[in-house]
Amino acid sequence: MCTLEKRGNIFLLTLVGDDEHRLSPNLIGEIGSALSQVRAEATRGSVLVTTGQGKFFSNGFDLAWAESAGSNGLLHRLRHMIDSLKLIVAELLSLPMPTIAAVSGHAAAAGFVLALSHDYILMRKDRGVLYMSELDIGLTLPDYFMALLREKIQSPMARRDVVLQAAKVKAEAAVKMGIIDSAHDSAAEALEAALRMGEKLAARNWDGGIYADIRKSSFPELCVVLGLQSKTSVTARL
Amino acid sequence: MCTLEKRGNNFLLTLIGDDEHRLNPNLIGEIRSALSQVRAQAKRGSVLIGQGKFFSNGFDLAWAESAGSGSSGFLHRLQHMGDGLKAIMVDLLSLPMPTIAAVSGHAAAAGFMLALSHDYVLMRKDRGVLYMSELDIGLTLPDYFIALLREKIQSPMVRRDVVLHAAKVKAEEAIKMGIIDSAHDSAAETLEAALRMGEKLALTARKWDGGVYAEIRKSSFPELCRVLELQSKTIVTPRL
Repeated sequence: MCTLEKRGNIFLLTLVGDDEHRLSPNLIGEIGSALSQVRAEATRGSVLVTTGQGKFFSNGFDLAWAESAGSNGLLHRLRHMIDSLKLIVAELLSLPMPTIAAVSGHAAAAGFVLALSHDYILMRKDRGVLYMSELDIGLTLPDYFMALLREKIQSPMARRDVVLQAAKVKAEAAVKMGIIDSAHDSAAEALEAALRMGEKLAARNWDGGIYADIRKSSFPELCVVLGLQSKTSVTARL
Repeated sequence: MCTLEKRGNNFLLTLIGDDEHRLNPNLIGEIRSALSQVRAQAKRGSVLIGQGKFFSNGFDLAWAESAGSGSSGFLHRLQHMGDGLKAIMVDLLSLPMPTIAAVSGHAAAAGFMLALSHDYVLMRKDRGVLYMSELDIGLTLPDYFIALLREKIQSPMVRRDVVLHAAKVKAEEAIKMGIIDSAHDSAAETLEAALRMGEKLALTARKWDGGVYAEIRKSSFPELCRVLELQSKTIVTPRL
């Protein structure tokens, strides 16, 4: 369901297959394991690029799996996935390297959150939307979803359109709304651009630990919600 | 002083009356009652439009001052109106439907806050300004005013101009400053646009659960809700 490969300095995490890449416990577990491996093999100059195959980047949590437990089990299974993804978001926020999402298709709800958990977002413009679907489905947002949206999308009107209109936002609109960094002609081009950007970032040769600490410290509200501390370290290189 | 009517999916709350349209306990009471009625009659697809010469000049300071000599009576009355406005803000933030403000004149201080308490703000461009007058009058801002301004106006420089310059902002400038959604040629056109927007929203709002809408809205303003002591809750009623 997800693969991890190394291309030069870049760790490439791919959500494989033509399906919706629903964030089921299985896929969340695979992503978590991949990120552990990335962390273990990280060096100065490492970069993570995350992408998907097919029409979807990720269409969110596996609600069908949650519902198959019946109405009593639904809430518990949903909570389980919410709690599991929270750890992934915390891990991405703590990853000792720059992170880039090459959004290759639809990114809805938890899938949108996965993309937003990266430092940079590049997206194809020919198809695919960013979509916080919760209002349409009849769900409120978990606390860390909202905290992430507030840290990453500065305009109150853009956030309102995303969560209170459940707007389906294509890449070029997403750039204008300040949600993503750039829009590209196709999924392949978005990935190419992400890899090129990754190599440029790698060349800066940053200390990954410092990078992660600065990142966390730049999102104090989100870190409180995620239960993450940031620390001060000084390794001056003059 | 305030009327409530239904036009299609839109609940239209109109402030009518005399010139200055200041918020005093009577008017606050009428607004709260109207909102209570809207809530009771809410259906999927409902939308609230708040409009009229309502959004005018803030609190009825004359009523507060008529408490007699000494500042204590004035302050208590001002506090009372502040509590009333706070309650209206809570009502609006909790309303189980999209809300649109059609600003058809001046909106100063508490009036400005009332307009900003709606999800969407439309305003006439030919006359009228948004104006946080407190600095000019010699009042500080209640914590929930600042919380609302911080939630709704992203740019620090714009917020500075609004509160520390007491800028009088006309509609077209307000769009550029990211304060309102759109500007229209006259009061009538502003209302028309609001009604059209309401019907358009109703088309998508029909599939929304109003309770979910309200909880998502509240959760999108955590700082403001903290100041207002307003909780938001989790709802899980997925329709797949």
